[in-house]
Amino acid sequence: MTFGLSESMRREVYATALALLVAMAAGSVLILIWGVSPARVYGTLLAETWGSEYGFGQVLFKATPLIFTGLAVAVAYRAGLLTVGAEGQMAAGAFATAIVAAALPADTSAAVALPLALCAGMGTGAVVGALPGWLRARFGAHEVITTIMLNFVVAALVMWAGRTGQFVTETTHTREIVAGAHLASLGLGSSAANLSFVLALIFAAGVAWFFGRTRTGFEWRLVGASASTAEASGIKVRRVIVMAMALSGALAGAVGANTVLGDKHYFEEGLARGAGFMGIAVALLGRGGPFGVVLSALLFGTLAHGGFVVNALVPRELVEVLQAVIVLTLLATSAAIRRAVTNAGGAKEGA
Amino acid sequence: MRLMPSPSEATPALELHGIDRRCGITQANDKIDLIVRRGTVHAIVGENGAGKSTLMKIAYGLMRADAGTIAINGEAIARTRHRPADALARGVGMVHQHFMLVGSLTVAENLILGHEPTRHGVLDIARAEREIAALAERYGIVVDVRARTELLSVGEQQRVEILRILWLGASILILDEPTAVLTPGEVKRLFGLLKSLVAEGKTVVLVTHKLDEVHAIADRVTVLRKGKVVAELPGDSPPEDIARAMVGRPVLLDVPKAAATAGEVVLAVSGLSVAGRAREAVSEMSFEVRAGEIFGFAGIEGNGQSELIEALAGLRPATAGSVRLRGDDVTRASVGERQQRGLGLVSEDRHRRGLALEMTITENLHLGRLAEVSRPLRLDRAAMRARTAQAIAEYTIAPADPDAVVASLSGGNQQKIVLARELSRPSLRCLLCAQPTRGVDIGAIEIIYQRLLAARSAGVAIVLVSAELSELRALADRVAVLHRGRIVEIVAGASLANPDELERIGGLMTGARA
Amino acid sequence: MEGILTFAFLAQVLRITVPYALAALGGTLSERAGVVALALEGMLLGGAFATTIVAHATGSVALGALAGVAGGALVAATYGLVVLRFAADQVVASVATNLLLLGLTPFLSGLAFGSSASSPPIPGFGPDVLLEPLFWTALVLVMGVAWLLQRTAFGLRLRAVGDHPDAAASVGIPVIRVRWVAVLLSGALAGLGGAWLALSAAGFTDEMSGGRGYIALAAVIMGKWRPAAAALACLFFGFAEALQLNLQAAGGGVPRELVQMLPYVLTIVALTGFIGRSRAPNALGRPR
Repeated sequence: MTFGLSESMRREVYATALALLVAMAAGSVLILIWGVSPARVYGTLLAETWGSEYGFGQVLFKATPLIFTGLAVAVAYRAGLLTVGAEGQMAAGAFATAIVAAALPADTSAAVALPLALCAGMGTGAVVGALPGWLRARFGAHEVITTIMLNFVVAALVMWAGRTGQFVTETTHTREIVAGAHLASLGLGSSAANLSFVLALIFAAGVAWFFGRTRTGFEWRLVGASASTAEASGIKVRRVIVMAMALSGALAGAVGANTVLGDKHYFEEGLARGAGFMGIAVALLGRGGPFGVVLSALLFGTLAHGGFVVNALVPRELVEVLQAVIVLTLLATSAAIRRAVTNAGGAKEGA
Repeated sequence: MRLMPSPSEATPALELHGIDRRCGITQANDKIDLIVRRGTVHAIVGENGAGKSTLMKIAYGLMRADAGTIAINGEAIARTRHRPADALARGVGMVHQHFMLVGSLTVAENLILGHEPTRHGVLDIARAEREIAALAERYGIVVDVRARTELLSVGEQQRVEILRILWLGASILILDEPTAVLTPGEVKRLFGLLKSLVAEGKTVVLVTHKLDEVHAIADRVTVLRKGKVVAELPGDSPPEDIARAMVGRPVLLDVPKAAATAGEVVLAVSGLSVAGRAREAVSEMSFEVRAGEIFGFAGIEGNGQSELIEALAGLRPATAGSVRLRGDDVTRASVGERQQRGLGLVSEDRHRRGLALEMTITENLHLGRLAEVSRPLRLDRAAMRARTAQAIAEYTIAPADPDAVVASLSGGNQQKIVLARELSRPSLRCLLCAQPTRGVDIGAIEIIYQRLLAARSAGVAIVLVSAELSELRALADRVAVLHRGRIVEIVAGASLANPDELERIGGLMTGARA
Repeated sequence: MEGILTFAFLAQVLRITVPYALAALGGTLSERAGVVALALEGMLLGGAFATTIVAHATGSVALGALAGVAGGALVAATYGLVVLRFAADQVVASVATNLLLLGLTPFLSGLAFGSSASSPPIPGFGPDVLLEPLFWTALVLVMGVAWLLQRTAFGLRLRAVGDHPDAAASVGIPVIRVRWVAVLLSGALAGLGGAWLALSAAGFTDEMSGGRGYIALAAVIMGKWRPAAAALACLFFGFAEALQLNLQAAGGGVPRELVQMLPYVLTIVALTGFIGRSRAPNALGRPR
């Protein structure tokens, strides 16, 4: 797959491959500590994910939220912002999606129900994302802390809204959505993979086009590269920060399309838990580019379903550990490679 | 304790032989030999990028040479293990071009950094302050040792740097571009200090690109060009000879300027006040700039010029007064609105305001100009490439690769990009230009001067802020002398050719009565 | 609201504040040296877990506390490896470190105790917090860190390294080594905070740090990166958490979820009200 890959891209591939190998080795150590054979674990994982129709479908299903959250993080990062809020934006969006989709008249057609439900989810996510963006633009409040705090706040608010009427009594899930709001399954075995995967791919293409070809995308990239220069060139930096965070939140809010519209048909507390945080790992592994995000989402989706599959052998948390190890080793290897390059190659020294 | 050979008069203070150093793809130092005699002022001159700073950093141990030998006071140094700590131990001190002072610490704290005196584990600041104050007095250096360095003026900070290396016992002082931020009066004071140090037997190595200073103080001059030593001359050699050695060809130090033909008023500033960090930076300033005129501002850094330019550009709010561009009141207009009305900006800090370092030449040439290459739904890349090719050719930008990342370009080429972009604005009426040749080599300076004068001939009104009085002399029609945010006096640009007038203006810049 | 001004409430506030304050002290040291301290959360968690393991095995509170210090330092070493040795982006590495600990602790808990959700009870604190030696240790540490920063040679170097690493290097100070010490100290202090958490709750529960590491960092910012002021800001958050606990227990009209939100909302408000960003250590977050 090395057709025409530039030197720097090839280096990135090496760094990623190295990181994955190190992570696998670390994972093997932990598996051994647990007392199982790593070969057996990895083997089972591969066979039950890419080796079966149902498994593959589940991989796609688990990867879909990661594409949305990975794009969310990547979009914000392009504008120079680091958001950890995808988790809360995702929850808020999915909740709104479920509420709206359940409140529609029972005979609403798909052509009306689906867009409405999706807009509700993305719109709510956008609002939840715009708030820390505004706090950053107006007060300089660092978005990492404010988004993390907001995750806790959103979780609490969703539980409160649920307990006071939105949840079906004695449960932690909302009412069933109307038939028109069901998103069709992809028909892979009995897996939960649905059309939202296609939607995610479309969004990825859209983000790529936005940053690569449009004037606004260029301006956002400029803000991320040098906000002071952007300001001097006439860009309203504050507005860009808020809009970028809003778009980020909207993308995260689209997760409801997968979990609510495409699978469970209601919102349940804890749906797609952790996908928000994993979005950071996905964006990092995918180098912040939409194509890379899709690829790494598929990888993490494989691990996610794989973790479920090997749960009889090793605990689920191992997968989370593996994902974090991948991020850390990837950070280390990319940084090391980058430094080796600057030392050998093109550093400009003051003479 | 080893027996050190006792230094004699004939032993050079600093001796470098065959120094090689590669930085990236450039050979920054190429087989350089340098002998600095004790008790002299030795100047190292060359264009930006010639290798002067690199060489001195190697002498000081901040950088490692790839090959060659170093000897300080006759004692050879192991090239691979040379560190600033060793240099300091042997009496070599360096004052860097960009000060190495920790802003949040006081003068005394900065000076003891790395050699902290302690009493029972606790820092003995009081003793340090006493000793440093005594040393400062001995050399006639006026400074408050308890002051936080970030609150000091640039000239004061430099004095602190010099005090530091004296305090660390330096007998060989390396100064890298020391006068870049000083007024003529402060330069005089610095040179007086250097001369008295040399009279005591200390050695001074002066890295500079200012030829008139070399003439004033240096005993010997070593000229570097593209990493090699190309000449070694006595200090009082004619500046033209030195300049020719620096560049390799005769240099036009004065660009021909057509007579002024000022037209209508383009920029009218009235009663403008702008807030600064601690106090008011610009106080009720009024002036007018006409089409086809270059209006200069002379002043020491920190007297409001940065805030003035930012306020005129729309990057900083005015607290009082008005700014009119061709009759329209733009006092509260945004940056974008001012640009639409014909305002361009060449900022003093091109890395922070003028360029996006990680983006390409093409992208940087279109910052703030995107409206001209935007189609509905996407950018017109073909148009962008065409304009880029044209700009690269016109300004001889190197490397001539439209996709080259700007961070890898030299200062001169980076500045050319900024100028190419701003000067080619459609319907440009007024250009704000601050320190346009800072960190730019002579070849690029020539092009920049030519372009600015061409814009002037084409009827653009230009506001030029510069720390180099020679630059104002070369370009400006009128020059406003700035002190503490007020215009003290407005003189004709040509009057800066007169040395007495120059000294008088220097005095006004420091606050002497007009 | 009757319980507010009782001695019992104030003791509760102090008890709750200690882990925040210890983490904030660590955060101050790390950030003043120029290293982003977002991984405090992971260090707290690591310290809490290490304490639980050792306290359970030995039955000793003191040994447990020491283990907490070591655990926090170990997490800091991992973080330091990625950002100091490899000079990777500090914010992303912090978040990844926290995620690592969030996954690792239940895994190890399952390994050690057979349950990933919570541990068996361990010896903890008595009813009176003021009698705990650890409390007074923490108090001494607040003054100790401030003294270290302002009055020792190491503190001077640490401050220099965080403000202008090039200047520090130019006088021969080993910048990376100083930062390593700062980061390890921050891990040790936060780890001690985690030890307090575990001992106070007499056990380890999954995700028990609950965002305290982030809140501690907010306190550092509020305290303008000065140790004593940061610890004081922690008192504010400790008060908020104590209030929230009491309101929940008291019942009343306020929905419990909204009450739970209180510390987090206050953190957001605090960050907007204090424009401390301009006074952050100059070299913060920039790998040298």
